[in-house]
Amino acid sequence: MTQSAATHAEGHQQHPLGIYIGVWILLFVLSGFSYAVDYYHLEGALRWSLILIFMFLKAGFIVAIFMHMAWERLALIFAITLPPLCLLVFIGLMAVEGDYTYLTRLQVFGPAAEIVPPAHH
Amino acid sequence: MAEAESPAVVASGLKGVASDWADDKQAFHVPWGKAMMWIFLLSDTFIFSCFLISYMNVRITTTVPWPIPSEVFALSFGGEPIPLILIAIMTFVLITSSGTMALAVNYGYRRDKRKTVLLTLATAVLGATFVGMQAFEWTKLIVDEGIRPWGNPMGAAQFGSSFFMITGFHGMHVTAGVIYLIVVATRVGTGYYDRHRGGNYEMVEIAGLYWHFVDLVWVFIFAFFYLW
Repeated sequence: MTQSAATHAEGHQQHPLGIYIGVWILLFVLSGFSYAVDYYHLEGALRWSLILIFMFLKAGFIVAIFMHMAWERLALIFAITLPPLCLLVFIGLMAVEGDYTYLTRLQVFGPAAEIVPPAHH
Repeated sequence: MAEAESPAVVASGLKGVASDWADDKQAFHVPWGKAMMWIFLLSDTFIFSCFLISYMNVRITTTVPWPIPSEVFALSFGGEPIPLILIAIMTFVLITSSGTMALAVNYGYRRDKRKTVLLTLATAVLGATFVGMQAFEWTKLIVDEGIRPWGNPMGAAQFGSSFFMITGFHGMHVTAGVIYLIVVATRVGTGYYDRHRGGNYEMVEIAGLYWHFVDLVWVFIFAFFYLW
């Protein structure tokens, strides 16, 4: 048995300190970038795509390195990372439903009906 | 299949998935506590996702403008208000705590008791700092800006309910994590794991998984609630 197979079989996760320090610095840099997106008032598709890119990069590094997922066996990786994919369906359904509710509200109440001041003002 | 029982021929890759799931044996080659923590975190993922998806839904459906987080969470230190500055500081505190936690786990594997205890406690202190800042933020929003779960002066009424629900649940997780880390640090320090678990510090790594998850959730809250 190779050394790496042996350590995996016991779920033993000891890695060089440099990896952690590197990811740590990277997380600071990516958070700085995320904040910069807001600070410099980026708008539209550029803003949303940058927010998502930095978010997924940060999430990926935390799960893969800090939570040691990159060194776990595939059986555990699949068991934990695949079920959340169902959420994509849920998000899609709720977005469609949300649009429908929004359009219905516009049709029934008219635009911005809820902010019309009450009669006694 | 007697051969497959022997650790010498444990397959890897896709074949490994098939044999790990198909054989009548332990599926995950990790300590049971770690597998259970991962499954708990998976369930927690769904809880936080439900909150964030309901937030997405109310934000799509409202016909009233959504309050601009960048302005709501701006803070002034005597001069011009700096947008989102408190949230940025909270994010940095939480990432710092994730780093100290990762190092604590590493020193746990090196069986360096002193450094493991100190780094775990440092993580707990940073977590408590985060909760303290969150309490400050909530106070400012409730007292100074009149934000309530049922309405606020800036726009869509659902802003308050989404905000208090999501950050409140996250803050509760951080608080629980601080207590959890203090317990683990105490047990490492007093030699509890040396006496009862044969000197195995895997509990530090399991606590670390929980802590990193709390940081992970914040990454999504920061992106979707504060930046979007």
